[in-house]
Amino acid sequence: MGASDGQSESGLKRAHFREWRLPFWLLAPQLFILLLFFFIPSIRALIQAFQLTDPFGATTQWVGFQNFERLFRSNVYWSSAQVTLIFTIAQNVLTLSLALLLAFASNHILRGRGAYRTVLLLPYAIAPAIAGIMLAFLFNPRVGPVAQMLQGLRLDWDPNRNSWHALALVVMAASWKHICYNYIFLVAALMSVPQSILESAYLDGAGPIQRFLRISLPMIAPTLFFLIVINFVYGLFETFAIVDATTRGGPAGATSILVYKVYQDGFVTLDLGSSAAQSVVLMALALLLTFAQFRFVERRVNYSV
Amino acid sequence: MNERTPVIDAVCHLILLVGAALVCLPIYFVFVTGSLTQQEIMRVPMPWLPGSQFLANMQTVLGTADFGRLLLNSFIIATGITVGKLAVSVIAAFAVTYFRFPFRITAFWLIFMSLMLPIEVRIVPTYESAANVALPLNILGSWLGIKALVDLDWNLVNTYSGLILPLIASATATFLFRQFFLTIPDELCEAARIDGATPWQFFRLVLLPLSRSNIVALAIILFLMGWNQYLWPLLLTTDPAMANAVIGLKKLMPQSDSLPTWHLLMNAAFLTMLPPTLVILILQRWFVKGLVDSGK
Repeated sequence: MGASDGQSESGLKRAHFREWRLPFWLLAPQLFILLLFFFIPSIRALIQAFQLTDPFGATTQWVGFQNFERLFRSNVYWSSAQVTLIFTIAQNVLTLSLALLLAFASNHILRGRGAYRTVLLLPYAIAPAIAGIMLAFLFNPRVGPVAQMLQGLRLDWDPNRNSWHALALVVMAASWKHICYNYIFLVAALMSVPQSILESAYLDGAGPIQRFLRISLPMIAPTLFFLIVINFVYGLFETFAIVDATTRGGPAGATSILVYKVYQDGFVTLDLGSSAAQSVVLMALALLLTFAQFRFVERRVNYSV
Repeated sequence: MNERTPVIDAVCHLILLVGAALVCLPIYFVFVTGSLTQQEIMRVPMPWLPGSQFLANMQTVLGTADFGRLLLNSFIIATGITVGKLAVSVIAAFAVTYFRFPFRITAFWLIFMSLMLPIEVRIVPTYESAANVALPLNILGSWLGIKALVDLDWNLVNTYSGLILPLIASATATFLFRQFFLTIPDELCEAARIDGATPWQFFRLVLLPLSRSNIVALAIILFLMGWNQYLWPLLLTTDPAMANAVIGLKKLMPQSDSLPTWHLLMNAAFLTMLPPTLVILILQRWFVKGLVDSGK
């Protein structure tokens, strides 16, 4: 038995079992599923990025970096990348600033905190696609109540034809869905700011807003960075449903973010080589963001083995 | 602190009220629209009060659009993902934290790597894997020249296992359980061993009961995630009867050349968001704990 030998291996309990057949069977289901639906597809995405396959899958040819060259020369791809950049930044700024405002407000008040929190959490329960459909309805130029109000203000609102309106619609839907997530993390972070520091600042005459800006905000900086990374991950990868349900990438590619283009090229136009090359670019982005995420989190959680 | 800030208090309540309204009003309008008739939704301005057609619209949605079946599918998929992922993760986490065995570090890193790539970036090959799970055997067969392996076909398109299994393939839950197990005092395991408990008994009688609140918190998050799936069911279901409710909604979206049936769509949307919303309202306390823990 391992407990007595004194040396500790990180990630392993000091008191542990030495059997090896049982852990093998305990790990087998997870490793088997990962092999089939994670490792093999990931490796195949890498391989396909260097191949050219005709749409019916009959012939496959090794083409080296041609898919990538074609991709990086394509204006459509660069405009999609540009749309993604605008979309993710706008969504990040809107989500985080509103969440900060709400977190400050609910941290300051004493009465009704729980009720506000419950209501503000509701969007988490609602599917991104439904958030998209809901806003598409509210802002529908023919029947939507909000669109009718905008038209009442003499604004010629039409996300079906105006690309900026379409992008604004997608940004609003994505933020509506994601503010609650940011909010709950910020509330938790604000609660962990030591009361004694805030109290001494109060005795020195600092008001609530000053205390928030000068003390709380710097102290929750790791959480803020973590949320910025999470918002980019969300904007890049989890907003497919919002785009597909509201604008389908249109009008004229104005909301065709990178994930949507992978899907379109892979499943609609059946350009598998290009779709795989785009997958690899997105994989690189995902890896980058994952590393960033762990850098900001490792202060609190030790992930070393 | 004995601070009086009536102005800031009022502004804070105002901010929170506006925030709550921005959350609630869209949901309220979904309900209102779902209770109107075709003529009423075309009126300008649209009515702000619910109509009398909610149940009638619901009957149409559940009947003609076969939406009941889709809601059932959502329930099966969400439950399958929740139960499957929890079961697979908790035993894997038990193995890597409580056993010393060869390749422990390798196994840990293999699981760790799966945190890095979301399914969205590898959809085409993942679809190919699900369309024929025997694909790796086929490739192996053609390398080795074994004819019997080359033409195996095991298709998961339009099956519940195809909708569930690939979504279980990520290790977030494993990491959460591992993190939690590392905080459990070593004395418990030592005591169990002195009492002659087998590893399996220790797991079942000590570890699982201690993890109960983590399991509940995670189950809520996984259920919501499973219920709200979109991209994967969209790819993997060609048979409309195997789709989930969220995909069904997309198909109810008014197209430009047909009569806009927004009232039916909104009715169906309300039905689809009701179960997860109730889950959050009822189990809110656990949910927040799970969310903040799982993000770290």
